[in-house]
Amino acid sequence: MATRAVEVVYRGIFQRTLARNIVRNIVFAARKDGKIGTAFGRYSDSPERNGIPAKQFAIVADTALELEESLAVYEATAVDVTINVDDTLCKGLESWAWYGLQPINELTKPGGTLIVTSRQDADSLIEDIHQKDTAYDLAIIPSTVSFSGLWVYKDDHTDMRVLGALCKVCPELVSLEAMLETIQEQTGSDTKVASLQRAHDRTATRPVEPGEGNSETPFSFDMPGWKTMEEGLVIRAIGEGGGFRGGETGYTPTRNETFKKWSTRSMRPVINFDTCIKCTLCWLQCPDTCFDVTPDGLYDANMEACCGCGVCESVCPVPDCVTMVGEPEFNDNNSQWDAWTADKDGYKKWMTVLVEKQKSETRTHGFHHVGGYAEEINTTEEA
Amino acid sequence: MATVQSGLYQEAKEELISGSEAVGIACALADVDVITAYPIRPYDTVMQYVSRLKADGAFDCDFIVAESEHSQFEIVKHASAVGARTFSGSSGVGWFYAFEAITVTAGLRMPVVAMVGNRALDDPGAFGVEHNDAMAVRDLGWHLYWVATAQEALDMALMAWRVAEDPRVLLPFALSCDGSFLTHSQAIVQVPSQDQVKKFLPPYTRGELQLHPNNPITIAPQVNEDWLMEIRRQTDEAMRRTSAVIIEAYDEFKEIFGRGDPSPFIEEYMCEDAEIILVGMGTLAMPTRVAVRRMREAGKKVGFLRIKFFRPFATEEIQNALRGAKGVAVIDRDYSYGSPQYGGVLFHELRSALYPLEERPLMLNFIAGLGGREVKVTDVNDMVDTTQKAIDTGKIEQTTTWVSVRE
Ligand code: SF4
Ligand code: SF4
Repeated sequence: MATRAVEVVYRGIFQRTLARNIVRNIVFAARKDGKIGTAFGRYSDSPERNGIPAKQFAIVADTALELEESLAVYEATAVDVTINVDDTLCKGLESWAWYGLQPINELTKPGGTLIVTSRQDADSLIEDIHQKDTAYDLAIIPSTVSFSGLWVYKDDHTDMRVLGALCKVCPELVSLEAMLETIQEQTGSDTKVASLQRAHDRTATRPVEPGEGNSETPFSFDMPGWKTMEEGLVIRAIGEGGGFRGGETGYTPTRNETFKKWSTRSMRPVINFDTCIKCTLCWLQCPDTCFDVTPDGLYDANMEACCGCGVCESVCPVPDCVTMVGEPEFNDNNSQWDAWTADKDGYKKWMTVLVEKQKSETRTHGFHHVGGYAEEINTTEEA
Repeated sequence: MATVQSGLYQEAKEELISGSEAVGIACALADVDVITAYPIRPYDTVMQYVSRLKADGAFDCDFIVAESEHSQFEIVKHASAVGARTFSGSSGVGWFYAFEAITVTAGLRMPVVAMVGNRALDDPGAFGVEHNDAMAVRDLGWHLYWVATAQEALDMALMAWRVAEDPRVLLPFALSCDGSFLTHSQAIVQVPSQDQVKKFLPPYTRGELQLHPNNPITIAPQVNEDWLMEIRRQTDEAMRRTSAVIIEAYDEFKEIFGRGDPSPFIEEYMCEDAEIILVGMGTLAMPTRVAVRRMREAGKKVGFLRIKFFRPFATEEIQNALRGAKGVAVIDRDYSYGSPQYGGVLFHELRSALYPLEERPLMLNFIAGLGGREVKVTDVNDMVDTTQKAIDTGKIEQTTTWVSVRE
């Protein structure tokens, strides 16, 4: 007599099919084990936005009666396994429905497992993941992030590897035999079955102790009640802003205190202040008014406001002056202009390494790679 | 008319599908001729699935994406007049935008079947379930049914064509499916075979009422006060006749498909000997049944009555189900501003239905889950506690309670 739940945390649209494949196959396989299940997405994530954190669930029970409690809900209250298919989400989740920042392991049960697909090692991931009062296990599937578009699917076996790892860490949910049989039946592909089996055999877990991890308190806010809320669906405009950080010169806009963006983005702009020609384009075009104008007339992107769309990179006329870099490279949201002002040489070195490294990575941030991996398809076709 | 082209549903089989997808499959199984669509969440999930089934060759139909909900419902109304089996649907304000067409559909006795993916009415723009959208047809001569599971969505869609198209009835049928919980959650569903469905669902024929060159008729004239009451009374009589047709069809449904509840109109869950009975519709059944089960295990005499058909309202059956209870707690996922008790629509209907009883139970109303807010097992426990208090003191302190609303 038991109900077991799995959540898949993913980037909206880019990984939607991936998440769906995972949760559906869990329910199919559990059926072979004589159980009954349901699969659903968090409705408040929908309609999905490019790259915005989203969730899908698979819940499996021994009997239909037991499953009933898990029906008609948006989100499971606790899960046996959290599957995170984009390691940048280890910093937490902000859905577009805006509940604040939810730690990636918030729903993971005591003794449960967090599976992450990542090129990072466990220590580096745990630095990002919020600490918990209870112990859980971390399992890493070594791989680059699997992104595609709404109409295309990057069939790189990430789904198979995740399912293989899942059968290893939580055989009570679904047996490896049932999963192998399901994948054979659903796909008819021996290589997929092999990927599943291999991932199962190779998956190892690393215990995460209570209190281990990021000690920051996740961002949250209080929602008003009906007696305190303004009537007539009115939303007051925020103030205009003023001088840079309250000073006499430059400019910092007023920003909404409750509307912050951190894990919403999977990449952020890195600015080369030495080559910037102060053309104002990034400042003008940024959809989220991220740029503060510094007293020396430069443009400093505020990382509490940036959604990582990549527009600034696209509009900047100077080559490599703005480069979008993957979030795993950052552990804080500090001002780049501050770092540059304090130590120009040090900043340049740091930036050069990041920009070089970024060139070897493939990562989608929404604006640049609209539609997923069209550029990759082009290079393949040209070859 | 359309013919089935593929063997997709030659055999009965099990599928992992959402409530919307289940209705889509029902369209294929019923071999619907004309389907109209216009996107709005959460109804759009059914139009996506139907177009996919058609593209996959599961069935053939005229699939028309109209330029608005109003045209969507005008088209099926006209198609129905010439003898086509029809399906359409919408959600929230989209459904309201079609209202002129929706009202005349019943008046003209067109057995259109529509899925309402229940959604809160804008503004504020919100996607979650609320029942006020579908409720709006309650006075118009539409059948109005609330579904609780994906399986029931498929089954009742088949029932819908059968009942609506019955020559004794000829009234449209709205199938209400809670947004998200039904339209977007996938569950294991038993899909019957094409042959089983054929046995259950005869072809749609309008007979003498069919608009056809061989049968020259005019439909929908302008009338004055000297005609209208008689026309209304005819629709009334058709709605009165439908209850017997529903029972007949449901008995046959159970025989052919081997599943179904004792009654097509209501579901009684542990109501026998219950002192407190909760009443609700749609997927509210899930947390409520779990809560009832647990309270029963703890020795508390509670039950749950699910209203399936809101129209026709099964007054007598409902009276019998609630007659022995000391307290009735009605959960409304809708609200009627300024209504007699400042409460929900279902609550007021039930109060009216129970008025003739010699010993009336105490009645309380709980407004819950508006805009898709989750109704939790603990919420249901609280409702029972509040009702128990009223029974113990013999006094209702507050008739209507808003559940889990931030003050
Ligand atoms: S990535 Fe987008 S949101 Fe962030 S600073 Fe650049 S333009 Fe603004
Ligand atoms: S677009 Fe590039 S060059 Fe222009 S102000 Fe921004 S960073 Fe400087």
